[in-house]
Amino acid sequence: MALDSKVPEGVLADKWTKHKGEIPLVSPANKRLLDIIVVGTGLAGSSAAASLAEMGYNVKAFCFQDSPRRAHSIAAQGGINAAKNYQNDGDSVHRLFYDTIKGGDYRSREGNVHRLAEVSRNIIDQCVAQGVPFARDYGGLLDNRSFGGVQVSRTFYAKGQTGQQLLLGAYSALNRQIAKGRVKMYARHEMQELVVVDGKARGIIAKNLVTGEFERHSAHAVLLCTGGYGNVFFLSTNAMGSNVTAAWKAHRKGAYMANPCFTQIHPTCIPVSGENQSKLTLMSESLRNDGRIWVPAKKEDAEAIRSGKLHPNDIAEEHRDYYLERRYPAFGNLVPRDVASRAAKERCDAGYGINKTGEAVYLDFAAAIMRYGGEEAHVKGLKNPSDVEVKALGEKVVEAKYGNLFQMYEKITASNPYKEPMMIYPAVHYTMGGLWVDYNLMTTVPGCFALGEANFSDHGANRLGASALMQGLADGYFVAPYTVGEFLSTDIRTGRISTDSPEFEAAEQAVRERTEKFITNNGTKSVDFFHKRLGKIMWNEVGMARNEEGLKQAIADIQALREEFYADVRVLGAANGMNPELDKAGRVADLIELGELMAKDALERNESCGGHFREEYQSAEGEALRDDENFAFVSAWEFTGIPAEANLHKEELTFENVELKTRSYK
Amino acid sequence: MDLTLKIWRQNGPQEKGEMKTYPISGVEQDMSFLEMLDYLNDQLINEGIEPVVFDHDCREGICGMCSLFINGEAHGPGRKVTTCQLHMREFKSGDTIYIEPFRAKAFPIIKDLMVDRSAFDRIQRAGGYISVNTSGNTIDANAIPVPKENADKAFDAATCIGCGACVATCKNSSAMLFASAKISQFSLLPQGQPEAKERVLNMVHQMDLEGFGNCTNTGACEVECPKGISLENIARMNRDYLFASLSSNK
Repeated sequence: MALDSKVPEGVLADKWTKHKGEIPLVSPANKRLLDIIVVGTGLAGSSAAASLAEMGYNVKAFCFQDSPRRAHSIAAQGGINAAKNYQNDGDSVHRLFYDTIKGGDYRSREGNVHRLAEVSRNIIDQCVAQGVPFARDYGGLLDNRSFGGVQVSRTFYAKGQTGQQLLLGAYSALNRQIAKGRVKMYARHEMQELVVVDGKARGIIAKNLVTGEFERHSAHAVLLCTGGYGNVFFLSTNAMGSNVTAAWKAHRKGAYMANPCFTQIHPTCIPVSGENQSKLTLMSESLRNDGRIWVPAKKEDAEAIRSGKLHPNDIAEEHRDYYLERRYPAFGNLVPRDVASRAAKERCDAGYGINKTGEAVYLDFAAAIMRYGGEEAHVKGLKNPSDVEVKALGEKVVEAKYGNLFQMYEKITASNPYKEPMMIYPAVHYTMGGLWVDYNLMTTVPGCFALGEANFSDHGANRLGASALMQGLADGYFVAPYTVGEFLSTDIRTGRISTDSPEFEAAEQAVRERTEKFITNNGTKSVDFFHKRLGKIMWNEVGMARNEEGLKQAIADIQALREEFYADVRVLGAANGMNPELDKAGRVADLIELGELMAKDALERNESCGGHFREEYQSAEGEALRDDENFAFVSAWEFTGIPAEANLHKEELTFENVELKTRSYK
Repeated sequence: MDLTLKIWRQNGPQEKGEMKTYPISGVEQDMSFLEMLDYLNDQLINEGIEPVVFDHDCREGICGMCSLFINGEAHGPGRKVTTCQLHMREFKSGDTIYIEPFRAKAFPIIKDLMVDRSAFDRIQRAGGYISVNTSGNTIDANAIPVPKENADKAFDAATCIGCGACVATCKNSSAMLFASAKISQFSLLPQGQPEAKERVLNMVHQMDLEGFGNCTNTGACEVECPKGISLENIARMNRDYLFASLSSNK
């Protein structure tokens, strides 16, 4: 099948307006006859369900959590970008568009990204009207901050809880429609299968996680707003329940998976402390404004620290290696996420890592504390203040800036970052890859749409900070509600979709058999045992640095793991009733298949770009070498039965409005 | 660390539950409380015992999914933390730890430590929103200035994670801290004014329908709230409620 992105012709800045004007409308009377299923209630799902219901469609929304408000969008910290130019610093829609394309290392689609930048402004207006309490200055107007190394201040925020406030805003819009009876909400329900009738997505099989019952739900269109798949690595900053099942079931039914190997590994997370750790916690990127990253310059010092014989404060300045400042003098500690992550890994692999695991580096605020303390002493007019006085003053300044993060760090690690350097290490955070969608956000299965992190469309090979929230709400509030019309306008005479068709019967039967198999398997190992092993393979071979040999090994290892999983997994309890272990088994089964496809995608992409770094493709100084001549395309994979034997379809990326350049931070 | 866990086990909403004892060893100080339960569950599975069911998701203190009454306190002994942020270094080897679900009439038990908090969603649906369609064609965001002090207070109220610790802690199983947080957020903002009276009347009515009790100003909810939501919000809600009751046309 030829991939048609359906990006409208014409001038970049006019495409979306023109397209909106040309999408056939569905009359209010006909909207009442059309049903839409929305799976997932994060920013994309809640906003889409609310908007579609307001327009008059009948919406059913599903989430696996006990309430739609718990979706993992809630955990986003930093902020949301919008090209409002309230700070009068030269921001514009075009600049946000350009920054996003460049930050994505030129692997995203111009048309989609420009639309995202255009609607970013509406998001802020909308959210404020809904009562989202963004940070304000003393004049009562909205405040902004800088983020992610761009040169303007366009990030709107609500302290360190921007995701929470935006999600609760979308949740309130959703609640309003639930109260009106326009949305029927199914919490503690998980999608188990996509039902395709006559080549169109016409419903889902959902499991009621409380009763264990399987339910058939039909609709004229299905929207997957199910987030990313970072949990394929077991340890990530994702929530425990985040999973790929909905997207993967759609993939198995014909939806292509695009750029699955593009994973964002965030440089500043709290390191792994032991084998029993279940998840990783992010420390905001903003810390790199003041923290200096280093490891010991001498291997014996690193070893002494690891065995607890040496304290970092006792290492003299000249024996410390501030490797980011050394390698990237122009950007120093503020290089982009992918570059900072790889540099940390390089030092740890070379034997200079700290922490008992050897997989951590220092993020040190001592210099910042003394610098701020000196400034404060000057302001206060203190003559010849002692180091102790300066330090105390400096700690106060740092506390005002980062107090909540320092406190969170101390709670988790029991170490005081004012007194000794923080330990950090990169962790899986976001997945740029996802279901392939066209300009209308429709997958290759007609009637099946993907929104938010679940699709691949806007961030290319690397996402900029504060852009995930922007994309989720753009897709849900302002894009999908229009673009579904193009598909649904052909459906006004279809009538209600029956759930008694052979297609629904077969889909439900397949789900029942899968479930039954887990319960009767009588294996010997828990689901987590396999999930952790999958995570190790993925982290070691498909993580921050990849090579041909490792990727081939990963494919073989994952295939072997899959066989072992089905032969030996042990799920206790019954199929009917609440059984979280059983639900987890289904999710891990799909993550195993996805992991294999990610390795395959990484193996076939013979270049380094954004979050995808192939060791074979780097400069003499260890920098990423992108290959625009041969790889300026989206890899869209068609399922054929075995993930590693998926068919590759290429969507060539054409850049008419930006010039492709090498990113350099030296 | 070696611990003795006393955990509430209950197979379903209608079945009788009981405290069961599980000795556990090899617990590390760096584990979070929920990781300790993961570790227990892994052992139980190996022994052929059904794992303990509990709610959890983000494990960074923001989704509000985790609960648990630990040694008689919602979210355990820490202050301003959720159970997922509680670490085992708060306990010492040899301790006996009692783990129960959040108990309230309006929070029926689903299984073991998992309860049904959908009553909270229904309170929100009764008025926890501003009626504006998502067209994107509202007025420019900066056309509505909000005094910083009010904006900050609205934000503080809006940080409620809806976990239900306030209800579980309250001797009256009152949801007034929860409901007042949302009512206050909108009450403090100009956008919330047109519907303010109806909102407070409807949300309080729904709270009563769900079977939550009333506030008698003990203040335990504020102490146990992982987000430090202030009692001031309850006072504001009561004031708004009184005003609305006396002046509403409905």
